[in-house]
Amino acid sequence: MSDLIRQSAAVLAEAIRRREVSAVEVTTAHLDRIGAVDDQVHAFLHVDAEAALAAAAGVDARIAAGEVLGPLAGVPLALKDVLTMHGVPTTCGSRILQGWRPPYDASVVERLRAADIIILGKTNMDEFAMGSSTEHSAYGPTRNPWDLDRIPGGSGGGSAAALAAFEAPLAIGTDTGGSIRQPAAVTGTVGVKPTYGAVPRYGLVALASSLDQAGPCARNVMDTALLHAVIAGHDPRDSTSLDVPVPDVVAAAQRADVRGMRIGLVRQLTGEGYQAGVSQRFEEAVRILEHLGATIVEVDCPSFDYALGAYYLILPSEASSNLARFDGMRYGLRLGDDGEHSVEQVMSLTREAGFGAEVKRRIMLGTYALSSGYYDAYYGSAQKVRTLIQRDFAAAFASADVLVSPTAPTTAFRIGEKVDDPLAMYLNDIATIPVNLAGNAAMSLPVGLAAEDGLPVGLQVMAPAMADERLYLVGAALEAALRDQWGHLLIEEAPAL
Amino acid sequence: MSTTKSSAVDVIPFDQALADFEPVLGLEVHVELGTQTKMFCACPTAFGAEPNAQVCPVCLGLPGSMPVVNRTAVESTIRIGLALNCAIASWCRFARKNYFYPDMPKDYQVSQYDEPLCSNGYLDVTVQTQDGPQVFRVEIERVHMEEDTGKLTHEGGATGRIHGADYSLVDYNRAGIPLIEIVTKPIVGTGALAPLVARAYVTELRDLMRALGVSDVRMEEGSLRCDVNCSLNRPGDPWGTRSETKNVNSLRSVERAVRSEVERQAALLLAGGRIIQETRHFHEDTGRSTPGRSKEHAEDYRYFPEPDLVPVAPSDAWIDDLRTTLPELPSARRERLQQEWGISAFELMSVVNAGALELVEATIAAGVDQAAARKWWTGELLRTANDRQVELSDLPVTGEQIARIEALIAAGSLNDKLARQVFEGIIAGEGDVDDVVAARGLVIVSDDSALIAAIDAALAEQPDVAEKITGGKFQAAGAIVGAVMKATKGQADAAKVRALLLERLGVAE
Ligand SMILES: [Zn+2]
Repeated sequence: MSDLIRQSAAVLAEAIRRREVSAVEVTTAHLDRIGAVDDQVHAFLHVDAEAALAAAAGVDARIAAGEVLGPLAGVPLALKDVLTMHGVPTTCGSRILQGWRPPYDASVVERLRAADIIILGKTNMDEFAMGSSTEHSAYGPTRNPWDLDRIPGGSGGGSAAALAAFEAPLAIGTDTGGSIRQPAAVTGTVGVKPTYGAVPRYGLVALASSLDQAGPCARNVMDTALLHAVIAGHDPRDSTSLDVPVPDVVAAAQRADVRGMRIGLVRQLTGEGYQAGVSQRFEEAVRILEHLGATIVEVDCPSFDYALGAYYLILPSEASSNLARFDGMRYGLRLGDDGEHSVEQVMSLTREAGFGAEVKRRIMLGTYALSSGYYDAYYGSAQKVRTLIQRDFAAAFASADVLVSPTAPTTAFRIGEKVDDPLAMYLNDIATIPVNLAGNAAMSLPVGLAAEDGLPVGLQVMAPAMADERLYLVGAALEAALRDQWGHLLIEEAPAL
Repeated sequence: MSTTKSSAVDVIPFDQALADFEPVLGLEVHVELGTQTKMFCACPTAFGAEPNAQVCPVCLGLPGSMPVVNRTAVESTIRIGLALNCAIASWCRFARKNYFYPDMPKDYQVSQYDEPLCSNGYLDVTVQTQDGPQVFRVEIERVHMEEDTGKLTHEGGATGRIHGADYSLVDYNRAGIPLIEIVTKPIVGTGALAPLVARAYVTELRDLMRALGVSDVRMEEGSLRCDVNCSLNRPGDPWGTRSETKNVNSLRSVERAVRSEVERQAALLLAGGRIIQETRHFHEDTGRSTPGRSKEHAEDYRYFPEPDLVPVAPSDAWIDDLRTTLPELPSARRERLQQEWGISAFELMSVVNAGALELVEATIAAGVDQAAARKWWTGELLRTANDRQVELSDLPVTGEQIARIEALIAAGSLNDKLARQVFEGIIAGEGDVDDVVAARGLVIVSDDSALIAAIDAALAEQPDVAEKITGGKFQAAGAIVGAVMKATKGQADAAKVRALLLERLGVAE
């Protein structure tokens, strides 16, 4: 089999199963690719070649012994560095966790291992997943394979860039306000934020517990579905995890059918504020969906206008508490432990040096919002907005089976362009945040290149909670139509590195 | 001190304080639940393990770890709530209490804030007054669940506090142990009985926990801890500023802490001082408290609902099921025992106040008559416990031992005086009843010849006495009996000595 790194996960798995290629060969090809391009892309913070090759050899041995393994056995994967992996450095893109090797696997990691997926290493991210560009990593930015001067989105820019640079066919991201979908959009890849609670959070280092959700990332819809099926499902160690059957996302991706579906255009997520080339590709994609047999309806979600404000109160509030434990007492960085400084000073020196500016900004915002006397006005009001947004979604889903919007208002911007303008940066997530506030499911998939800059544009599909399969019905149908139109997937147009 | 006048009187006598002021109390009791595993993880809760041997990613608060509520802890809390006549919430949440301290793995404590699982209950307690037993209804504000913190040990430095220590060690075995906090509404109208009501309340709670089997409530191991809130006001005035005395770790200390705080605040107020809102630390050795943190500028814990946990929503059916598991509660049990033993309410209160109910019951179960069982526990043994400033239940004396002593008394080989020496020996660690009797040679001297020899010796020393007795002055016999008892170190039966003496002198009464 030639050009292993450009194959889909499904094709690689099938070839490994049929022993047309070994898992070790596949893994080696990806490790070589990482070796060749990652000093340009910087998608990875840590690559564990030895462990990956050992796992691959194990898969080969078991296939040789006649064992029947899972549908993604032997396929390499890039893991966002916000999920714990036993003995492997986990930094969350922060200096404060430098050197920490967790003594346990995240639920998602356990499930990846159980599915015999080969974890190549940990990918770069905005520090503690706070950002939309991966520029806020303490370990330097990740670059967009489509244009190395541009951002790969964030916070999961490392995972998306690893896919787009053909360093891995599968990746895991986490999405608190768009951290899977916006990177997918700006790198021409596919990413899904499952229903809140569908994928267990145990071992996912929390940013905002009520919003965080891990999800699958790949270069096509079917691979994403296969990975979704591996990581979703109830886990008693996460009491917010849903104890319901996982929707059959793989079957939905196979069906790829939108006939008779009602697809809602959200009035609040179009028009002003969206780059012309983004709107253009989005509208074309909607017409394709209509052509495929869907009915397009317009829906009104007035509370979405307050989503960004509510999000930037809820997220910092929860984050300020979740990040308190990084105090230099038990793990990670510790400064000032010289017998001279008090415990408060050690905590303060450690946090001062260990956290970056964006993390500190959000900790301060959250601390303020939760303070006595301000709680009702800020955190309390934000929770009310959250309820209103959930109601808007409920009303919209009464007249539409799924909703669609552009995933991000612009294509990938230049590195450094928005790093000093937090508000401009926050606006990147304007279309993705409502889904997190409501706990619904959403996918981003590529729908073409913007005319003005030739960079990928993503379309977001949103489904009600626990109806994740609808994302795959729509995504797979649209992807197939576009592939027919172009003769290949959009990612094939990514420049060679 | 809390006053600007350094020469101010520190305390004034309790009775004097009560002449001018009325106390208002509030009691916060923390009880460690006796669950097998911690509040939010599967780590064991056994006391006394090697430091940091009973920990996991969850109770260490490692990044990515998540809590899961211990169902047994919720059950225990609901049962406590039901026993305290509380309303049980049909839906409530945990909250995070945020503050930085190295004994807290996450730098927040998972607790309940404005949505406690149980609320608005009461507990009736009885105290002994000059006019007989008096019942007070202590109203319960709330019962909620939370996790305990780790335990810090500060090495080096003079104060034993974190500041000034050379280094500090932290043991997270205790982190995540389920705690319930039981908070009273303000307790008013107790007047001079305030210290007794406080003690009776905590005692009653302890007995209730024990009856429910939800905790071993060992105060010395810290499984029941009490914070005492206290304020004073002049009759008719609004309530005063309250202090919160922490570290009150025995029933006796509950009473002492209230008493000393009333005395301290009254002295301060009478000297024209001002009570400041503060936490105070109680010291068992002195029976006094010293100021801790000022609460004038209340710490802001930034409570918010714990997003890593789903709400606790007990169904009516579950609550009803738990209601059927409630055992006989202490008040009902007391009524039953009073009847079974056939004693007065006053007599029962003496047993209860001595903290001797279980002990007397166990002693009766060992075969001792109820009057004798009560006599030992509320008499000699209570005096010993008070002398040693320990709880009665801390004495290493068992019902079986009392049964053995009573058997020896019935057989005529011990008397009450010798029995006291046996208890002394048991408490001193000299072994069981028979060991002490043998080692100390405690046996009533019944050999007549030895007694007659002692009588003869006494008569020889006091030659005039024999004449008086034979002359009909029988009361003079007391001098000889006393001398014989002294010579035999009390191991003689006084009545027998008297009879032998009269026989020897050939007279009869
Ligand atoms: Zn644990």
